[in-house]
Amino acid sequence: MNTTHVPKKLYFGVWVALLILLFATWAAAELNLGVFNNVVALGIAFAKMALVLLFFMHVKYEKRLTWVFVAAGFIWLVIMFGYILGDYLTRSTSPNLLKVY
Amino acid sequence: MDSASPTLAMPYEEMPQQKQAATLGMWAFLSTEILFFGVMFVAYIVYRTIFPEAFALASHHTIVLYGTVNTAILLTSSLTMALAVHAAKEGNNKLVVRFIAITILFALAFLVIKGFEYHDDLDEHLWPGPHFKPELPHASQIFWILYWIMTGVHAVHVTVGVGVMSFIARMAAKRKYSPEYHTPVEMTGLYWHFVDIIWIFLYPLLYLINRYSA
Repeated sequence: MNTTHVPKKLYFGVWVALLILLFATWAAAELNLGVFNNVVALGIAFAKMALVLLFFMHVKYEKRLTWVFVAAGFIWLVIMFGYILGDYLTRSTSPNLLKVY
Repeated sequence: MDSASPTLAMPYEEMPQQKQAATLGMWAFLSTEILFFGVMFVAYIVYRTIFPEAFALASHHTIVLYGTVNTAILLTSSLTMALAVHAAKEGNNKLVVRFIAITILFALAFLVIKGFEYHDDLDEHLWPGPHFKPELPHASQIFWILYWIMTGVHAVHVTVGVGVMSFIARMAAKRKYSPEYHTPVEMTGLYWHFVDIIWIFLYPLLYLINRYSA
């Protein structure tokens, strides 16, 4: 249960960090970093998500039982990504798709 | 409020237990939401892997300024929502009303900007189908199908959020929330932050692919 009272200042700090990350991801997209464009864009998105989850959604201050429920959604997501991408990304060609388009 | 709080419902024995149950239920719901959006992200990854050039070309027609401003608006609305929950914990109903109202205004601003963006997109013939922008490769339509579905479903979530927040504001105006009982405000906050997180991922995937070559 979250009896911990998060100081207001922390919320403003998180917000400033989120806006800085937004600007960073926008600026980074204008540079040619090769494959690292994707790495930077997704890395920043995950960092923003972590800030929102931990502080705005109070996950950091929740009981471990809540963590299990939070993790469950992501674990199922990883399973779904794993099976579907494990199929599509290991095919040498996608004949049906290429015929249509 | 007497010792057996009037907001304590069956079958719970005490308020913290009731709140923990609500929190777990909310996260179980959000897990289904993660998977609901997740499958669209999988579709995006699969098709972008098969048609990387068509996706990059297609994404150069999304309007970055609208997307960026809307991201900033949603991130800021998450701040005001967190402050509303903070006020609810202190039992300051007046402040809850104020912060929820500000959050609703941000949500509406997001939807209005999205509306202008949709209008511009349609003007540019970016609706998949027989009249799709002829300069773009055929497979670019897949990007735009995903764009309309993902931003559309996200906008529906924003709209639902406006409805729920309006209800919370009304309850707060009736002084329903106190340091002992403010779970509905917190759960609404969780939903709103989730909607924000979805957009955090939509923004780079729809607006920022190989921007430098645009």
